[in-house]
Amino acid sequence: MAFEATLEIVNQIAKITLTGELDATVAAQFRQKIEEAVAQQAKAIVLMVSGLDYMSSAGLRVLVFAKQKIGRGVDIFIVGAQEQITEPINQTGLQNSLNFLDTYDAAVIEK
Amino acid sequence: MPDTRIDTYPTHEYQGYKLRAGKPQPFGATLVPGGVNFSVFSSHATSCTLVLFEKHAPEPIAEIPFYNEFRIGNVYAMTVFDLPYENIEYGFRFDGPWNPQQGHWFDKTKILMDPYAKVIGGRDVWGQTPDWNNIYHHRARLIVDDYDWENDQPLEIPMEDMVIYEMHVRGFTRQPSSNVHNPGTFNGLREKIPYLKELGINCVELMPIYEFDEFENSRKHPDTGELLLNFWGYSTVGFFAPKAGFAATGKFGMQADELKTLIKELHANGIEVMLDVVFNHTAEGNEHGPYISFRGIDNKVYYILTPEGYYYNFSGTGNTLNCNNPIVRGIVLDCLRYWTAEYHIDGFRFDLASILGRDQNGAPLPNPPLLEQLAFDPILAKVKLIAEAWDAGGLYQVGSFPAYGRWAEWNGRYRDTVRRWLKGDDDLVIELAQRIMGSPDMYAARGPIASINFITCHDGFTLMDLFSYNNKNNWANGENNNDGNSDNDSWNCGWEGESSDPNVNSLRQRQIKNAVALLMVSQGVPMILMGDEAGRTQWGNNNTYCHDNELGWFDWTLVEKNADLVQFFQHIINFRRSHPVLRNRFHLSQRDYVGSGYPDISWHGTEAGQPDWSEAARALAFMLCGKHARGGKVHDDYIYVAMNSYWDALWFHPPQLPSGMKWHIAVNTMMTSGQDIYPVGSEPVLEVQDAIMLGNRSTVILVGR
Repeated sequence: MAFEATLEIVNQIAKITLTGELDATVAAQFRQKIEEAVAQQAKAIVLMVSGLDYMSSAGLRVLVFAKQKIGRGVDIFIVGAQEQITEPINQTGLQNSLNFLDTYDAAVIEK
Repeated sequence: MPDTRIDTYPTHEYQGYKLRAGKPQPFGATLVPGGVNFSVFSSHATSCTLVLFEKHAPEPIAEIPFYNEFRIGNVYAMTVFDLPYENIEYGFRFDGPWNPQQGHWFDKTKILMDPYAKVIGGRDVWGQTPDWNNIYHHRARLIVDDYDWENDQPLEIPMEDMVIYEMHVRGFTRQPSSNVHNPGTFNGLREKIPYLKELGINCVELMPIYEFDEFENSRKHPDTGELLLNFWGYSTVGFFAPKAGFAATGKFGMQADELKTLIKELHANGIEVMLDVVFNHTAEGNEHGPYISFRGIDNKVYYILTPEGYYYNFSGTGNTLNCNNPIVRGIVLDCLRYWTAEYHIDGFRFDLASILGRDQNGAPLPNPPLLEQLAFDPILAKVKLIAEAWDAGGLYQVGSFPAYGRWAEWNGRYRDTVRRWLKGDDDLVIELAQRIMGSPDMYAARGPIASINFITCHDGFTLMDLFSYNNKNNWANGENNNDGNSDNDSWNCGWEGESSDPNVNSLRQRQIKNAVALLMVSQGVPMILMGDEAGRTQWGNNNTYCHDNELGWFDWTLVEKNADLVQFFQHIINFRRSHPVLRNRFHLSQRDYVGSGYPDISWHGTEAGQPDWSEAARALAFMLCGKHARGGKVHDDYIYVAMNSYWDALWFHPPQLPSGMKWHIAVNTMMTSGQDIYPVGSEPVLEVQDAIMLGNRSTVILVGR
């Protein structure tokens, strides 16, 4: 399935919805959305990934980039990840700096 | 804006690729603004071409020659702009003379891996049969050095406080009984950190994790038809790249991140990481071996060759890396610096390290520049350097390895002495005393911290097999039982192999406890072998290099089955770590220099103060004075160790303690589980203070406080 990344920012919460397969050929699109969110000084970045079927190392690299770009004050949430997405994140040790949620939980994200 | 710096614009174009003369340093492929800088050395080549592939593609997408003006000295350097660096693989073709008699093996039909490749594809998933028609097997890839180490740094645990656990990454958790999510990987090991922490070790020494080819010399067992792989990996393909097949994420090319995550978490749990590094030879073999890298780049520089152009074989594996050639020294140094800086590695154990001290003709050097350089390097200043101080060419330097105040050694004489003592051989007490004191006869000026004490390691029997087999049983290796060492100083305790006789089995358990107890009360640095704590067996196989199966894997059901052994190991390791008097940095003097009335160490026989140094003696005891711990700077308990390697029980009489102090029983290996060892602080008082009976072949440790 073709990759798509959309960004909406409401009350400084940047919600990026990812669908399809995130590999090296499209990672730049994802990265661009992160940069836009950072430019608008989002206080949280929420990745809606229930429609994401695959993430390659290039996708993981964007997560590393996001974490380093936004600094420690901003939380990154991963919402609705399937096992094929959480598995490589856990294996590369990124899970410690990301927050996983099954569904969008406003009480946690918009605290 | 870094992207518009005027020194980063292309000056050349080749088939649509934008190029510029590159930077000769650093070697390898480096991400630079706008592109990738490629730099590679060859002194005898006449030309070089960069070959680019899309990941996994069978054919190259581009072959870009290095223009004449891109060569500086003997270095070809070029920056290629706008490369999709996450999705490419690269190699080189070199043209030059083909004249093996003169040492030159140039062949421009071969695509060669960058010796500085930081990530290597091609064996991404362990054991997956390669496409043998692939024109480029081990494929260099680019690394993005953006790992978030948080606040991690190497632990710098003092050498005298180390307890090393030698292990094989895949073998540790590959057996399904490990119950980890990713068996046989860096991640699997990460999941088992709580086990290691509970065991009490504070350093893992990983058998080779540099990229190697498990299919090198792979073959079917002549009788069983089983596929035999290179499981151990003592045959390097790439010195700068972690073994992809050891990573659950190897299929994503994320092995570097996975390994770094493992190291970070081990550090967070107080455990150092030491790498077993193999610089003595490479995976290119002899005249009949494949072209991977060095052979086609500058054969004559990288290998030690006979005057006729053949490969010297000091390593026993086909070729010998030319370690004291200045170019090769450079790559070894760069490699170790890289692992220290980028992977936060705490130490290195050098396989067949004596080769590193041979000159370019193979003769041993009195002052080997490579060993000296490593010892004084600023980046390596705090890492541990440990030599396996011999090679397969007959050089044996245990006790005399050029140390420069830095190098420690695997003390093979410790292993041999303790094994022979435990089996009850004659004429050992004098030598045993030296080994227990940290081998001052061998390391007078270097201190006990030069001595890595071990009884078992990956080479040879496991501890359980040491007491279960008189003879090696290597038939599964398919070499007619001719491989592996035949001289093991082992003793089967009365029955060859697995036994149902409870007497045999309890003696074996006791001997294992005697062994580890002796190891943990010896001055120096103890090392234990993966699985010995759980009575791991290899069914008498003492050379399991080719077994990616039960012979090479840790069976985790043993941890439950031999729970009392595991517990004994935990307690005895903790005993060592709780008693600084066992961990001196400098040699004991056998004198009283703090005025305690006792020497720092005193020797005894069955009677206090009367050691029997005769040939027939099989009883020996010693006492460490707690007021002499750490050279008298620290106060510890007094410790008395009595060892009986005689086949009958003996009464021992410990020395009298200062008034007000009492002997307590910490260890008695003759006793059954629950009374064989007591946790530190809960040792019961010895009822009769001046006598204790030691059962046949047993060890007692008392603490005086």
